[in-house]
Amino acid sequence: MQRSLSVRAGALSLTVLILILLGWQIAVSGTAKTEAMDPEYAALMGQTAITGRSAMPGPLDVGATIWKHLKDPFYDRGPNDKGIGIQLAYSIGRVALGYGLAVLVAIPVGFLIGMSPLMSRALDPFIQILKPVSPLAWMPLALHTIKDSSLSAIFVIFICSIWPMLINTVFGVAGTRREWLNVARTLEVGPIRRAFTVILPAAAPTILTGMRISIGIAWLVIVAAEMLVGGTGIGYFVWNEWNNLSITNVITSILVIGLVGMVLDQILARAQHLVTFPE
Amino acid sequence: MSKLLPFARRARPVAPDHAAGTLRPSSSEKFISIEGIARRYPAPGGKTTTIFENLWLPMRRGEFVCMIGHSGCGKTTVLNILAGLEAPSEGVVIVDGQAIAGTSLDRAVIFQGHALLPWRSVLGNVAYAVSSRWRKASKAEVDARARKAIATVGLAGSEHKRPSELSGGMKQRVGIARALSIEPKILLMDEPFSALDALTRGTLQDEVRRICVETGQTVFMITHDVDEAIYLADRIVLMTNGPEAKVAEIVENPLPKDRDRAQLHHAPGYYALRNHLIDFLVTRSRTMRDAMPEGYDPRHPPVVRPSLSEADAAIAAGPPAKRA
Repeated sequence: MQRSLSVRAGALSLTVLILILLGWQIAVSGTAKTEAMDPEYAALMGQTAITGRSAMPGPLDVGATIWKHLKDPFYDRGPNDKGIGIQLAYSIGRVALGYGLAVLVAIPVGFLIGMSPLMSRALDPFIQILKPVSPLAWMPLALHTIKDSSLSAIFVIFICSIWPMLINTVFGVAGTRREWLNVARTLEVGPIRRAFTVILPAAAPTILTGMRISIGIAWLVIVAAEMLVGGTGIGYFVWNEWNNLSITNVITSILVIGLVGMVLDQILARAQHLVTFPE
Repeated sequence: MSKLLPFARRARPVAPDHAAGTLRPSSSEKFISIEGIARRYPAPGGKTTTIFENLWLPMRRGEFVCMIGHSGCGKTTVLNILAGLEAPSEGVVIVDGQAIAGTSLDRAVIFQGHALLPWRSVLGNVAYAVSSRWRKASKAEVDARARKAIATVGLAGSEHKRPSELSGGMKQRVGIARALSIEPKILLMDEPFSALDALTRGTLQDEVRRICVETGQTVFMITHDVDEAIYLADRIVLMTNGPEAKVAEIVENPLPKDRDRAQLHHAPGYYALRNHLIDFLVTRSRTMRDAMPEGYDPRHPPVVRPSLSEADAAIAAGPPAKRA
């Protein structure tokens, strides 16, 4: 039964995909009525006005572009013409740095806050106010203080991914079962060993949930941040291709961004599975 | 000053006191001595709720003591104070000549809800305790000690299972193995079998009894179960209802030390003891709290040894009673 269900689900997914591609192809393949016009004016108006073809690329065009990018993802022909692989590497690098810093700060700080009810209460208003701030609202402040657009993007990733991890770490640590702590106490386990052998494993599933939420937010935010700061990265690539009016490349980027986001999420889902314990 | 008092009192030779037909263990027998402990909680309206106060209880080395009482009489609090998990509001507990301050590896606790760490295997859970006791022991030594403790409770072969793969009884066995593995001076058990089915409970009682008799372990156990107390305990401490619970009396178990579960109800004194305990739980735990008998001294709660009832006498005299 299990296998037949996954086979059926796979078949259905494939059907949906084919239907979408088919509908897409039909939608963009028609030609509209064209009017006779001055050839010079026609040259200014572009393909849509002259031939009546849609400016929207079809799935075959996108497929061809994806193939082109896949064949040569790492070329570099100056600041405005880099391969999609290089752009992705920039974005992933920024996310890794900002997110990594956030992990290094959020988990130890969350641990300390979670172990002290006083700190929990005292710092809660700050967290609650800063958490809902849109990451991009930090951008001007970051640009003003850091004065480096690339570092500012990393800072924005840091500041947006820290809150879910911090809150979940506090929650997980504070929720460590009293009986497990009592076991450690009756065994005269010291505070450091207790933190690593009882509290950390007990809170790990909750912490990983926070990390998974954070990586999703970080990947959402990096695209927007790079559109603002420009220069490199997949977000800048999307914006640049929009300025080039290359919808094919924009659609390609959307697919790639989705794919990378999924992979990042799956990596943390795996990690979460590893630390989850059945009760 | 109050801290010095217990010492002064212990130093004084205790004269045998057979007044009112009570027996009292001499000071040399006091391996554990609960001395005037109280536990109070703040209550709404600026008042305080006293769970119990001025509670005195001596225990001998190698003795199995059960405490019985209704919910709310502070049994678990007494155990937590003995374990060092809670501090008494007043009074001290002296173990082996030293007032306790906090938890200790000498006093192992078997928790009601087994309290195994679910991310560790059976072996991992026991080894965690062993490596806490012997910090400098090699991995092989820790492993060997843990395996020995696991074998003692009959779980050899399940070392690498996770707690989630075990039944309730097996989980509690791991809890017992973990407590025994650190070779404690005292074993503290908080209703260890209350969450188990009757059959498993019986088997585990047999195991605990065997292990404790073999090792001469000093045990303090809390239970709701009269039959469990009769089967396991040397002395049974009866608590009146809380709040302001008191040690109503200490019942000496007249049954022989080498009891056999199957023959227990044929042993002389069994029915007298059982009826005495049940009478207490049903009525006297309530009435005694409201009006303690004349001459009740919380420092020396009366020690009672139920005499043979007529039913017991008949059994004892009759030919089928093998253990008479």
